[in-house]
Amino acid sequence: MAEETLTTAQSHGHGHGEHPPHLAHHFESPGQQFDACKFGMWIFLCTEVLMFSGLFCAYAVYRANHPEIFLYAHKYLDTNLGAINTAVLICSSFTMAWAVRAAQKGQQGLLIGLLALTLLGGFGFLGIKYIEYEHKFHKGLLPGAQYNPTVTPGDHGNGDKHAEMGDHELITSEHDAGNAHTAPPGAAPARHDEEPAVAPTGVKPTEQTGLEKTTLPQAAPPPAGRSMEHDHAHEHGMTGRPNNVHLFFGIYFAMTGLHGIHVLAGMAFIAWVLKRSIAGEFGPEYFTPVDLVGLYWHLVDLIWIFLFPLLYLIH
Amino acid sequence: MTTISSSYDPVPELAHGNNYLTHTRGVLSWLFTLDHKRIGVMYLVGILGSFFLGGVFAVLVRTELLFQGEQVLTDDQYNQMFTLHGAVMTFLVIIPGIPAALGNFVLPIMLGAKDVAFPRLNLASFYLWTLGAIFFLAVLASGGLDTGWTFYTPYSIETNTAVIGATAGAFILGFSSILTGMNFIVSIHQLRPPGMTWFKMPLFLWALYATAIIQVLATPVLAITLLLLIAERTFQVGIFDPKLGGDPVLYQHFFWFYSHPAVYIMILPAMGVISELVSVFSRKHIFGYRFIAYSSIAIALFGFLVWGHHMFTSGQSNMMNMIFSALTFSVSIPSAIKVFNWLATMYKGSISLATPMCYALIFIFLFGIGGLTGLFLTTLATDIQLHDTYFVVAHFHYVMMGGTMIAFFGALHYWWPKMTGRMYSEMWGRLAAFLVFVGFNTTFFPQFVAGSQGMPRRYADYKEMYAGYHFVSSIGSYIMAVAFVIMACYLLHSLFRGRKAPANPWGANTLEWHCSSPPPHQNFDEQPAVGDCYDYSGLEYDTATDSYVPKSRTAVTT
Ligand SMILES: [Cu+2]
Repeated sequence: MAEETLTTAQSHGHGHGEHPPHLAHHFESPGQQFDACKFGMWIFLCTEVLMFSGLFCAYAVYRANHPEIFLYAHKYLDTNLGAINTAVLICSSFTMAWAVRAAQKGQQGLLIGLLALTLLGGFGFLGIKYIEYEHKFHKGLLPGAQYNPTVTPGDHGNGDKHAEMGDHELITSEHDAGNAHTAPPGAAPARHDEEPAVAPTGVKPTEQTGLEKTTLPQAAPPPAGRSMEHDHAHEHGMTGRPNNVHLFFGIYFAMTGLHGIHVLAGMAFIAWVLKRSIAGEFGPEYFTPVDLVGLYWHLVDLIWIFLFPLLYLIH
Repeated sequence: MTTISSSYDPVPELAHGNNYLTHTRGVLSWLFTLDHKRIGVMYLVGILGSFFLGGVFAVLVRTELLFQGEQVLTDDQYNQMFTLHGAVMTFLVIIPGIPAALGNFVLPIMLGAKDVAFPRLNLASFYLWTLGAIFFLAVLASGGLDTGWTFYTPYSIETNTAVIGATAGAFILGFSSILTGMNFIVSIHQLRPPGMTWFKMPLFLWALYATAIIQVLATPVLAITLLLLIAERTFQVGIFDPKLGGDPVLYQHFFWFYSHPAVYIMILPAMGVISELVSVFSRKHIFGYRFIAYSSIAIALFGFLVWGHHMFTSGQSNMMNMIFSALTFSVSIPSAIKVFNWLATMYKGSISLATPMCYALIFIFLFGIGGLTGLFLTTLATDIQLHDTYFVVAHFHYVMMGGTMIAFFGALHYWWPKMTGRMYSEMWGRLAAFLVFVGFNTTFFPQFVAGSQGMPRRYADYKEMYAGYHFVSSIGSYIMAVAFVIMACYLLHSLFRGRKAPANPWGANTLEWHCSSPPPHQNFDEQPAVGDCYDYSGLEYDTATDSYVPKSRTAVTT
């Protein structure tokens, strides 16, 4: 068996005459192969964009329906760190683009140096992200049920100067407010655990939660004819904390977390290309992997450029 | 290496041993193969195995519903059975069925190419499919799943069955599907031979191309939806959880943004198969080539705009309901264009009722019913009555099973000689097709009636008034089961005892019939000439080999 595999491998190698080493047997020319690979990469990037688009959609829906949550909670994020990270990623995109050019021109040393710099940029980004995440984990700025803040918005430092003014009290009152939020005036607030039973297969979760009519905490159905639109400023008072602030952190961690995973993947690819370029595999005839990894890295960068203003720079 | 002396050699050169099956030997040469044909065959084996599994679940469900009261399954087991039937059939069988198994085998040969653009990704996509299938089996072993295949929130957040395992499995299968789609798009763009312009491609390739567009654009949205659902269950993120202020209907939007286009991932390749079969077995050029080609693309694009029709009763605004309703009606236009073109192709054709053509005719009949009953569900007023009843169940089985699976079996019988190099028994083939047809209608037609009288779907028991419909329906499912057992028997028998297949048993003119059966490892020894693949005037029937051969040179030139 082994022998036969060997002979067929040889017959392939010889059968096609002057094949360049990197040309796969089913392509006619290196140019065709390069085009195919690049086209495939663009399609892959499309799938990435669509994957993130789901999150952007969720963001848009919640931002449109509950702008007060975003206005309030974004102050928990440190704009300076976000801005630095944006700069870091843009720089690493630049070194990546330059690295592709170096590969095309066969400048070995430059290529290796630039790829290393790009990789460093990735590490820098993740390091800063780690600082941000760590702060949030410590201060209870977490999504959903884990949300239990011990700081007030705008406090990014280590001191809890403003904090602790009866936070538990605030939390509970928030929950009560949440229940009253959709209950009809005068009706007893429905508790969470008194939710209407849901059909066994979850076919009809709730009748009232159309996309454009989303209401915050689920409660008893409102009487017919009552508008679901609330004057939030009035409901919570101008100074109060809005309900369901944790939703912002749900979206924040989902978006930045998925992006972070993409940064990690991109760094793995860059490391792989770096290893191959140290082995001297790339030059003017063959630089496809550098080019493709570059495209991927630019996409990762681009997604962050959307995330930064959407999450950090809300007015 | 040996070469095939002529691509039209009436006797396949099996003696030389140079075909893709015998090219290299041993289990490892299959598991690590980069040959699209072998990957297609491995997919086929996996998909047929999953079909068997899903079929067993279906028979169990129907047996439970044979009479009122509890038969073989408790209510919880019943919930798990129909969920797993749906999930296995959708994610493991119907979505990859035609593109990944048969498309993988046929697409590069139809292009006159040696392989798909990215053979290694192709193998990776097969192993991702396998991994996803393993996840589903693990779910089965670890207490099942009872959410329905849609994983609707909030129930999917609360149930303590294996939602994470199943959604992770579906996520992985989605990846597999994306890689296949990428591969097909790039192959069709880059590997077409000189002379094959877009409008000289076989219509099956147009269909696969349209399918691949949907796979690439819709599946990532499912991926993020399932990831969020997993995050919801593990970290209580709250985005879909109404207890935490989240929006469960948003989940439905996300899910159907993928899963409605996924319906076209399932049906478009089937339509492509039918376009080939109808023309070949009518011995007539396909009617309205460009209309069929464009309608595939139109369906792919329209398919992205209609997902809201799954939420007419979920509390969408009336405005959105009306818009989605109107857009959904519009999808029926390109579908009808195809059906009319197939009928026009058959008109005055010389129709041969070989087994694949039997399936093509069954497809047109069943898809017609499935498509037209869809209009009842698109109409807002009638949908309020029919939503979540057996009418819906019958409708999508007519389209998914009566459409996609019937076309899958038509395609399987059509390309079986090419894939295996053996002919199956025509007599048994037609008998099985007939039994599938009878069994299918016996199973699902009564469900339309029961549904229109209010029988809700997904219930383990029912009232006296529905007993007759359920009984007949269950009997029908047994007839289908018998038909599939017969099919398995004669196909397996053909592998060992079947007549050796000629290169071109059906007289088709797409490029895969220009190479021997089974094809050599490299598909073609030299670049085949590209002509009009629906022009059969250059072929004549050869009684000695019971196959079609090119007309003798003199006859062609005069
Ligand atoms: Cu749909």
